[in-house]
Amino acid sequence: MPFRSLSDIQTQLEAGQTTAVEVAQLYLDRIAAHNDDLNAFVFIDPEHVLAQAEASDAYRAEHAARPLEGLPIAVKDIFCTQNGPTRCCSNILEGFEAPYDAHVITRLKEAGAVLVGKTNMDEFAMGSSNETSAFGGCKNPWNTDCIPGGSSGGSAVAVAAGLTPAALGTDTGGSIRQPAALTGLVGLKPTYGRISRRGIIAFASSLDQAGPMTRTVKDAALLTSIMSGHDAGDATSVSDAPNFDWLKACEGRDMKGLRIGKPKEYFIDGMDEEVRAQVEAALKKCEELGAEIVDISLPHTEYAVAAYYVIAPSEASTNLSRYDAVRFGHRCDNPEDLEDMYARSRDEGFGEEVKRRILTGTFALSSGYYDAYYLKAQKVRTLISQDFKEAFEQVDVIATPTSPVPAFKTGEKTDDPLTMYLSDIFTIAVNLAGLPGLSQPCGFADNLPVGLQWIAPAWQEDKILAAASAYENATDWHTKSPVKFGGAA
Amino acid sequence: MDIDVKKIANLSRIRLTDSEAKELAPQLSSIMGYIDKLSEVNTDGVSPTAHPHDVAMPQRPDVVTNPSRRDALQQPAPRTESGLYVVPKVLE
Repeated sequence: MPFRSLSDIQTQLEAGQTTAVEVAQLYLDRIAAHNDDLNAFVFIDPEHVLAQAEASDAYRAEHAARPLEGLPIAVKDIFCTQNGPTRCCSNILEGFEAPYDAHVITRLKEAGAVLVGKTNMDEFAMGSSNETSAFGGCKNPWNTDCIPGGSSGGSAVAVAAGLTPAALGTDTGGSIRQPAALTGLVGLKPTYGRISRRGIIAFASSLDQAGPMTRTVKDAALLTSIMSGHDAGDATSVSDAPNFDWLKACEGRDMKGLRIGKPKEYFIDGMDEEVRAQVEAALKKCEELGAEIVDISLPHTEYAVAAYYVIAPSEASTNLSRYDAVRFGHRCDNPEDLEDMYARSRDEGFGEEVKRRILTGTFALSSGYYDAYYLKAQKVRTLISQDFKEAFEQVDVIATPTSPVPAFKTGEKTDDPLTMYLSDIFTIAVNLAGLPGLSQPCGFADNLPVGLQWIAPAWQEDKILAAASAYENATDWHTKSPVKFGGAA
Repeated sequence: MDIDVKKIANLSRIRLTDSEAKELAPQLSSIMGYIDKLSEVNTDGVSPTAHPHDVAMPQRPDVVTNPSRRDALQQPAPRTESGLYVVPKVLE
């Protein structure tokens, strides 16, 4: 029962077979039973959850149901939400309660969703394993010795373990797609500018984008359709973004005439051989469904990680300057003067990885280095975007592995930041180019889920949804869930 | 590459302990060493990306849209007094 899609729950609610309160209670019970073990949620207020569910049942009794009526959705701790803390899993935001809801949270509430709680994440979304969280890491339900990926690790664990049917994440360099891949879920990063960033705690503003983590492609489309749209409160949310019928886009059942690009730079030496085999098998399946696989090249791929680790930390060092111990956040005891207050509060409040990124970014932006690093990285970014533009003259969509490896062991990569950074080698270029990307389950390697990544031109999420829906319909990977938590593998 | 970690930390307004600085120095050097890979790319005549998409910034009428919410917005502050933020003395 807990491993249901949003659409399944919606059907049952509409048929009167269950109520929003029953659904909410089921997941609250699951959370109570398993969260101590998994550490997926960092904040839960059961009374508030039930109150929202009661309000939804009351609304349904009087009106036509709204698009997300009574559906439980968990939210990454990076989204500002009223009623409770918003911490971005950092000590510097200890005690912080947001005075307003993020724009997407308002949209979900207006659509009738029941917000379940705040999920664990890497501190300020800086990490690929959820291990930099001030609340400690969380566990992959497929193998609790392993990390779930990051930075939206808690959202991934919550959905994969059946503690909620869907969750929101954010993706700056792969933070939705990589944990979705490592836990066997669908994760969509929409086109940059599709969803307002207002009220989402900023990491790297030219890359950050929110999106859903769900059990099915259709659920991801449903949530994105509600979350997206222009918001005057975010100047980068695009006002005339090309749109389409999101649910209709998921009706694809074959791939006749679809040209899928297979970039050689994403099938490389050193990647896990079982991951490669599963993704190759998935592409074979696409051929059976009528697609044509076209070998392509994205020649600047190998520079994406280096460009990202200049651009993202540079933007982060600027964004995180707002944690000055004046307007919000942690302030050190007995500051000697203003300088001492800034410097000591920030040393005490930020974790190790966040400091590392602020320092990297400050260095890259500092006098004498700006041209060699920041400007150079932005030029390389242009070349990476051009690679995609040229590829999309030949193909409709691109398919790659989401991650070069399945989930790794907790602690395995924490000693060497650079090794950790390379975990995102297949997801980062999509953010640099502002494109939509989706990961969906396509098999197992060593009993751990493997993700297939789809990439489309800007604003063409419908092409991804059609291809991913056809693949999902023809396979049963999305129906698997971890036996240890009551699922069916 | 030799990076003066204490200087960068000072620019970032983060007071590192000596042991933190000692640990971070080789890590930053290794990260910047990897980033130096970018110098292999020929970027002559390439414009730097300023925005992921080729779009004009949206405009809006220049009117006040926000209600005054000073009390709610100051509520998370470590210290306020009479609607002002309180910080250690700046001028002697």
